[in-house]
Amino acid sequence: MSTYTPIASQTLGSAAASVTFSSIPQGYTDLIIVCDAIASAAANYELTFNSDTGANYSRTGLQGNGSTASSLRTTNANFIRCDQGGNLETTFGNPLLVSIMNYSNTTTYKTILSRSGGGSSAGGTGAVVGLWRNTTAITSLNFACSGATFSSGSTFSLYGITAA
Amino acid sequence: MANTYILIEAKTLTTTTASITFSSIPGTYTDLLLKISSRNNDIYNEIHFRFNGNTGSNYSGRNVKGTGSAVSSASSTSLSSMQDVTVQSKSDQTASTFGNIELYIPNYTSSNYKSMSSDSVQENNATAVETMLGAGLWAQTSAITSIEAFPSVGSFVQHSTFYLYGISNS
Repeated sequence: MSTYTPIASQTLGSAAASVTFSSIPQGYTDLIIVCDAIASAAANYELTFNSDTGANYSRTGLQGNGSTASSLRTTNANFIRCDQGGNLETTFGNPLLVSIMNYSNTTTYKTILSRSGGGSSAGGTGAVVGLWRNTTAITSLNFACSGATFSSGSTFSLYGITAA
Repeated sequence: MANTYILIEAKTLTTTTASITFSSIPGTYTDLLLKISSRNNDIYNEIHFRFNGNTGSNYSGRNVKGTGSAVSSASSTSLSSMQDVTVQSKSDQTASTFGNIELYIPNYTSSNYKSMSSDSVQENNATAVETMLGAGLWAQTSAITSIEAFPSVGSFVQHSTFYLYGISNS
């Protein structure tokens, strides 16, 4: 039985400041999001859940920019910045893989793992662990492009993984 | 329930092999995922990649890695193969240990340049090990129809395995 099921996908036909997946079904164990977006200007993937823009997010990242390795942390933020190492590329895609564990439970805060990377001179590579301090089940999620726009042709795919 | 995580081809080496190639990759998936368990018969731990047989100066890579005692980051640009993206086990490490590598290639049929990310580890209950997060770029607009993997020096040993999966978002 397949446990890696496509829920929804979006390929932008025109530039957009953000992308939202809403009405996420609750029948899976975990969620996987695969993004391959091009940014209109120096920007980042900023993730929020259930339209919550309060200071309820934090993250810790490990990153490399091609010459220096480092780690950083952000607390009480209004979003989780999912990419690390530099800004998004503006001429080709920026792979981002996000795993959201136990997204539908209503007793614990929600954690994510993300991997990002750009292989050119402008980008970096890294990993992020993020936290949303809310016990509500995740029913929608939004990626904003931090003041810029995701270009036409950018893709966002949402998958559900079932443990049993 | 849709089955979206499909094994395209598996390769298990029965003898020492200098390079492996997945050819005639169908263009019907959204993304590709290459999973490797490998070891080099030489003392170098890096795997290089080429796409569609392209040997032009179209590849770049960068990484961040940890050795158990230090972290660092490195990059390479305008090379004839994608480098500085993955590590595998090597000949001077504990026998029978193999590195694990995952290379994720989104939108491999798009008309954009192909950027990708990788995770890889080598562990042998000793020093001189590495875990690496990598990012690579093939600066070509062609759809990827073949992938070649080869050690920077040396050959993959017997029992190394290579699995190529296709992932569809619909």
